[in-house]
Amino acid sequence: MTLSRGRSLATVAMVTSALILSGCAESDRDEGSGGEDAGGSSTFVFAGSAEPGALDPVYVNDGESFRVARQMYEGLVGTVPGTADPAPLLAKDWTVSEDGLTYDFTLETGVKFHDATDFNAEAVCANFDRWYNLPESAQTDDLTYYYSVIFRGFATGPRADAALYESCTADGEDKATIKLTEPFAGFVPAMSLPAFSMQSPAALEKYQDDAAADPRTTEYSTARPTGTGPFTLGSWERGKQVTLEANPDYWGEKAKVDEAIVVAIEDPKARATALMNGEIDGFDLVGPADIEPLEEAGFQIVNRDAFNVLYLGFNQKTEPLDDVKVRQAIAYAIDKQEIADASLPAGTTLAKIFMPDLVNGYTEDVETYDYDPEKAKQLLEEAGAAGATIEFNYPTDVSRPYMPSPEDTFNVVRSQLEAVGLKIEPVADVWDPDYLDKIQGTPAHGIHLLGWTGDYNDSDNFVGVFFGAETAEWGFTNEKLFSDLAQAKGIPTPEEAKPVYEQINKDIMEFLPGVPLAHPVPSLGFAENVKGYEASPVQDEVWNVVSVE
Amino acid sequence: MLRFVLRRLALMVPVLVGLSILLFAWLRALPGDPARSLLGQRATPEGIARVNEAYGFNEPIVQQYFTYVGALLSGDFGSSIKDGRSVLESFIERFPATIELGVTALILAVVIGVPMGYLAATHQGRFLDTFVISGSLLGVVTPVFFLAILLKLVFADWLGWLPTSLRQDPRIDATHPTNFYILDGLITREWDAMYDAGLHLILPAIALGTIPLAIIVRITRASVSEVLNEDYVRTAESKGLSRRIVSRRHVLRNALLPVVTTIGLQAGLLFSGAVLTETVFAFNGIGQYLFDAISSRDYPVLQGFILFIAIIYALINLVVDVAYGVIDPRVRVS
Amino acid sequence: MTIDLPPAGGPVGGRHGGSSADPIAALDDEAKGLSLWQGAWQRLRRNPTAIAGALIVLAFVVIAIAAPLLAPYEPGSAEWSGEVTPTSVPGPDSDHLLGLDRFGSDLYTQLLFGARQSLVYGVVSTAIGLTIGAFLGILAGGMGGKVDTAVMRLVDIMLSIPSLLLAVSIAAVLGQNAYSIMIAIGAAQVPIFARLLRGSMLSQGRSDYVLAANALGIRRRRIVFGHVLPNALGPTIVQATLNLATAIIEVAALSFLGLGDSDPAIAEWGRMLVAAQDRFDAAPRLALLPGACIAITALGFTLFGEALREALDPRTRR
Repeated sequence: MTLSRGRSLATVAMVTSALILSGCAESDRDEGSGGEDAGGSSTFVFAGSAEPGALDPVYVNDGESFRVARQMYEGLVGTVPGTADPAPLLAKDWTVSEDGLTYDFTLETGVKFHDATDFNAEAVCANFDRWYNLPESAQTDDLTYYYSVIFRGFATGPRADAALYESCTADGEDKATIKLTEPFAGFVPAMSLPAFSMQSPAALEKYQDDAAADPRTTEYSTARPTGTGPFTLGSWERGKQVTLEANPDYWGEKAKVDEAIVVAIEDPKARATALMNGEIDGFDLVGPADIEPLEEAGFQIVNRDAFNVLYLGFNQKTEPLDDVKVRQAIAYAIDKQEIADASLPAGTTLAKIFMPDLVNGYTEDVETYDYDPEKAKQLLEEAGAAGATIEFNYPTDVSRPYMPSPEDTFNVVRSQLEAVGLKIEPVADVWDPDYLDKIQGTPAHGIHLLGWTGDYNDSDNFVGVFFGAETAEWGFTNEKLFSDLAQAKGIPTPEEAKPVYEQINKDIMEFLPGVPLAHPVPSLGFAENVKGYEASPVQDEVWNVVSVE
Repeated sequence: MLRFVLRRLALMVPVLVGLSILLFAWLRALPGDPARSLLGQRATPEGIARVNEAYGFNEPIVQQYFTYVGALLSGDFGSSIKDGRSVLESFIERFPATIELGVTALILAVVIGVPMGYLAATHQGRFLDTFVISGSLLGVVTPVFFLAILLKLVFADWLGWLPTSLRQDPRIDATHPTNFYILDGLITREWDAMYDAGLHLILPAIALGTIPLAIIVRITRASVSEVLNEDYVRTAESKGLSRRIVSRRHVLRNALLPVVTTIGLQAGLLFSGAVLTETVFAFNGIGQYLFDAISSRDYPVLQGFILFIAIIYALINLVVDVAYGVIDPRVRVS
Repeated sequence: MTIDLPPAGGPVGGRHGGSSADPIAALDDEAKGLSLWQGAWQRLRRNPTAIAGALIVLAFVVIAIAAPLLAPYEPGSAEWSGEVTPTSVPGPDSDHLLGLDRFGSDLYTQLLFGARQSLVYGVVSTAIGLTIGAFLGILAGGMGGKVDTAVMRLVDIMLSIPSLLLAVSIAAVLGQNAYSIMIAIGAAQVPIFARLLRGSMLSQGRSDYVLAANALGIRRRRIVFGHVLPNALGPTIVQATLNLATAIIEVAALSFLGLGDSDPAIAEWGRMLVAAQDRFDAAPRLALLPGACIAITALGFTLFGEALREALDPRTRR
């Protein structure tokens, strides 16, 4: 047939020309892939999933911006490598007063910002005061989400009276005292977030303008980030890459590579292929389908300990989800192992409660609703909801660390629910902004898939965020739960908070506002010659320890 | 000649005006109020009030339109919801990539397509002709993104001969004065950078250029064949003029006219194709940016980019018209 | 993305072989007492590409209509999702002719129902484009003057945006559902039909028949509906067929951009193609089969449309 002959001839032509070209390509590629170029310096090329939004960490709240920020900035507090627990960083040591309102930080000495100005207690207070005094134009969730969540309010604006921050006093070069208006056990762990990095007051003064119409586009936020970290900004070529250079004056362990380059490749499979072809040295968010092929080809897969939870949420404003029997029936109808096998990466642990085991207050002593479709059908009968129609919302076009392929997960859950006689009405939306707006901003949804990766080790960061008040996502009012969580938030130390949260978790699983499904394991992929990468459950991954041989 | 050009330019104006009205109306037609569409997630009551004030959304609609046009003319095309950057700046930054890709694709299409079409026309009815017709038909009906995915998967994934993503190997430290990577390589004499950029261009250009290639082949074939059949060519041949002389002088000149017009039409195809191709190859041009803007409902970017693309498209067609006018003087008079 | 082209070369089969589209053929028609249509039919029958195209189109339509009868299972059921893992998708076996897709539905069923979806989208959007475009074109060509200029400016504006972007903008306004896709793609076709019908109106306006009819005082409407439209029918059908091919491809493109109908129970080739990308290593058929279906169907319509065009207008242009 001429058609197929035509096609094959065309293919032959393409193949021949590609062969000729690749002959030259191979030799060139060999030079590049060793990580060494002619000058003998070493480079670490990393692919994330998107470009950073801005280089001032106060004004961003996405993982890619934080990834870059972590290399250039440091906060008072860091994390113990590989865990979510706080560890000293710019603050050597700290003490908390009895009433939980006063924190005394002892700072490292001899540390300089990238612009050679000193890091000291005065700088610390300049930073805290700056955040507290941000103008109202900067107080939107889109810009200063983390400050709002942790400190609850600013000096001005509608939530000024809820503000957690009271004052900061500098005592000499190396002692800073922070006073809060209320006790908050999560304060110290929260200071490990990139949003609370210490930035050079001099540089901020010179290049930043917090009152700008959009502070993400100022000179500071696009070209002059000034922190204390092991890398400085070489350049940010928009649409191409961020080039970071090793900081020769870094006070800690200096970077082993001379240069780190961050590129953005949106598609997970394209990232995997780029690694296989030697175009990059490492990447984040390996798709579940790529893990085995990469391992078989000799690449390294590094897992982060799961610090997240994937759940099926119920909107109790939608019938019949307001009936606890129906919610229980759905829980019994779900086979979590099948979900994990079909749509989540290998190594994923199944979830029993709404927080992973690394978090304070974790307990497995709860009602678990193990897979039992018969019981599910029975409960539905009892509730008079056998064969009911339920709207099932899920997002498309997105891959989150806790939900790498939502459509796959959705399909498995759907078939499990249909197997017990429920009728599922699927509603899909684009992740951002449609899905998030709909689920978190309106009551127009039924059951939905969502999840959460913890930012720092604090129980409130999980269950408090979900269930601390009435929200459009969950649609219920449970005064006892709300007040329990509010009280727990104010407990001054993690040790005291532990049993309280354990009980809260038990209560939550009785009430069953949703079904926690799994704690998926996010993974990174690296070339064979990359050594030393330390994965962190909260993505506190600084590349000064990475070497490319 | 000048009058011809001016007349064409004048014709462009009502089209652009109409387009601006349409885009203006489009923003108003979107679900939710326009301030919200512009602010996205940042839509707090204070923010909305500010935008209404700044953009004049509280004013009568006609006045709003003029404010909008005024902003456009002064270069303010709005800012992206996602990162606050000026839409104009983002466009200028990424435009060279798409131009480079489009031009390469078009060159491929013309350089391969015209000779193939010519050969097919001169060998009508024989194997070569049938092969070319079938091949070009296939090229026309294969969706661009399907081809792009196939190419990427075969040549980059399985065979590993060519790179999969981006415009350049991040490890190559290249300077980019113009942001046209190949041109930059030539200017700065960084041959390895230029070569690397070229490698990254191959697959996307093939994917993007296949449909234009197929169309150019068919039009060239049709038009050459038509000219070959015309009487005066037959007369020249019967008089004994060698085939080759007849070909070059008469056939090519007349046959190329429709090809030139087609190139103008291809520009539209290339833009749409670029959105799809750049996404598959993570190619950092306006196509990919547009795709991201669509996914994240970044309406200011969508509005601005569509306007830019329409203006450029109109300009390209103007150039084509002028070129046509140069080649065929009869057109200028009509 | 229009693939509207002039005929691919003059007489098919070259100067040597006599075949359907011979300049002499039209004269033959009259000599044989055949109408244009009857003559066209005869020429089509003898043209192998026309037959091939017609067969593909016929197969497509039959499959699309008869999908519920032909398919062994329900579409989009995801019943066997338990058998699918991130690295393996079960292939063909005794229960599943083509194996499963990545969501656990039967691939064969999905492909069959996908045809139905493509047919609906293609036909409805082309119908929308045709109706509105024809109306505008007749208006412009018939009334001339200011109306003509206004309508043609509108058409120019619509043509100044690449059709995919036009479709995207409309889909953004109307939301992510089946209707918006059909309207969006239909809107992109309006300018093409408008120009076609206007051209038809204008060229026929000068024909002897119309001039005579005008002179006799016959009402314009009768002239339009009684004479002009029937004469324009041929090229319009040809254009509609060609546009159907484009519409099918554009629906897939919209799905690729994430603007398609997202209801997973509705199988659609474009969406299947998108979803198959990251499983290409494990199961290439998941991408190759839907892609091939799109290409073959578009090919069928294109072949048939072009053959039809040649059969109806056997004289080489100009």
